Amino acid sequence: MILLDRVTKTYNRDMGPALDRISLNVEPKEFVIVVGQSGAGKTTLLRLLTREERQTSGKIIVGGVDYDKLADKDIPLLRRKIGVVFQDFKLLPNRNVFENIAFALEIVGMGKHEIYRTVPKVLEIVNLTGKEKSMPMELSGGERQRVAIARAVVRQPKILIADEPTGNLDPKHAWDVIKVLEKINRFGTTVLLTTHNKEIVDKLKRRVVTIQDGKIIRDRANAAYKI
Amino acid sequence: MKNRLVTLIRIVRTGSVNFTRNLSLAAAAMAVMGVTLSIILFSIVAGSAFNNSITQLTNKLNVSVYLNSSVTAPQLSLFLKNLRAQPNVKKATYHSKAQDLAQAESQNAGNKTLLQGLSETSGVIPAKIVVDPLNANKIQSIKNFLDLPVNRALEDPQTPTSYSGAEKSAIDKIAHATNVIREAGVVAVIVFAIISMLIIFNTIRMAIFNRRDEISIMRLLGASTWFIRGPFVVESVIYGVISALASVFFIDILFAGSANGLQASSLGLLDIGYANQFFKSHLWILLLLQLMIGILIGAVSSVIATRRYLKFKSK
Ligand SMILES: Nc1ncnc2c1ncn2[C@@H]1O[C@H](COP(=O)(O)OP(=O)(O)OP(=O)(O)O)[C@@H](O)[C@H]1O
Ligand SMILES: [Mg+2]
Repeated sequence: MILLDRVTKTYNRDMGPALDRISLNVEPKEFVIVVGQSGAGKTTLLRLLTREERQTSGKIIVGGVDYDKLADKDIPLLRRKIGVVFQDFKLLPNRNVFENIAFALEIVGMGKHEIYRTVPKVLEIVNLTGKEKSMPMELSGGERQRVAIARAVVRQPKILIADEPTGNLDPKHAWDVIKVLEKINRFGTTVLLTTHNKEIVDKLKRRVVTIQDGKIIRDRANAAYKI
Repeated sequence: MKNRLVTLIRIVRTGSVNFTRNLSLAAAAMAVMGVTLSIILFSIVAGSAFNNSITQLTNKLNVSVYLNSSVTAPQLSLFLKNLRAQPNVKKATYHSKAQDLAQAESQNAGNKTLLQGLSETSGVIPAKIVVDPLNANKIQSIKNFLDLPVNRALEDPQTPTSYSGAEKSAIDKIAHATNVIREAGVVAVIVFAIISMLIIFNTIRMAIFNRRDEISIMRLLGASTWFIRGPFVVESVIYGVISALASVFFIDILFAGSANGLQASSLGLLDIGYANQFFKSHLWILLLLQLMIGILIGAVSSVIATRRYLKFKSK
């Protein structure tokens, strides 16, 4: 599903590479947690996958698409196949919950009726039925993040990328969000999650990839948090 | 196909909503664009009024040749024939003494003293030929022909040929004014069009800056280039439409107002009455033209602005 072969990303030639010859293979329906100290290169890795950044060298193939052969005009199409969730939610503040989720469908040209059929289903998955009319400001952090997840999965992407989705949340809300991610993974979506939260990693017992100074130093199945 | 239509409708709707949100910023753009379009419209209407004045005066312009009383019928018909063969002669009409007298009498019926005087001097009024030129600016060629000695011999030495000099100088004045207005208009239109484009450009730049978070979210969600750009273009097209309507409204008030308010049919060389009438009778086509220009200015500047400030290239 996700294949990285000796991928290097250098932002600035004066500094060392943010990612240094990373090789990683993620199978379909896998749940992978990426851990590492601040500045290790976790976000950089995810930004390469969403094509917000371009690798300096190496090969990236996601869902059969070779990023070297990806034209600028095809980037939107790529992003429609990858769901993304961020630490700061990135919801549109002047749209309510329903509209925020619908936005992802409007972008791909889905008709109104289909949108009205699809959004409630995904709201149910993230346990937010009844909150359609709420504005993001009126929600707790955990609820906001679940709206963001709903928006990320409403187009049924094969891959969901979540960059510290629990970074701004208290433990209870954090766990609510993680449970939703597990649920989505059970439905068959490949999940790539970064986190600093030891408790979550230990509880999940999933594959853990540890990055240090831009290099993968550990890659274990059913692993505990260790950096 | 249906998806595209849905997307187009969404782009237009987003652009309209953004327009209302962005109104304070848009006001300056629309004001300058309104001035630009008003100048264009004024130049068109004033230009047509000047052309009309020239045509009218030109039609009145003619040459009267007074004939020697000794001219015989064959001489006359030969003279007329030669005159009509001149390239710049549209029409040459012979007016006998009797005709002129009758005309003068009918024109002045009621004025006893003048009629009296006319009949007494009838012996002195020479017969004449009235020549209407094709091109009033090339009257010199007719004059040259009339000044040939052969023709001179037929003309009345007492009454010199008249060339409607006063009207000719009015025509020259108006023609000059037309050129001035045309040149000044072109310069003003270019200058203001550039200023409008720069202001729209800047307005869109500010709008892009204000909505940068929204735009980055749209990008991450995989919005196409036109889904992001389109609303900005729609927004500036709306500026164009509103400015066009405003310019037509403004010029209407200007002409109708001065036609009524000043109680005058002309303002200097400008025939306000005609301008007003021309404006009214061509209202729809002028409105359409203004809309087209406004939309063009809006679309071009926003397409350039979005290309420049929404970076679509990947790093
Ligand atoms: N846009 C950028 N320009 C230049 N350098 C950058 C940029 N983004 C990240 N870096 C650098 O690349 C390295 C990796 O950063 P990255 O954000 O990937 O770390 P991270 O593992 O996500 O850290 P955190 O846990 O704090 O989010 C850091 O040294 C950072 O300073
Ligand atoms: Mg990070």
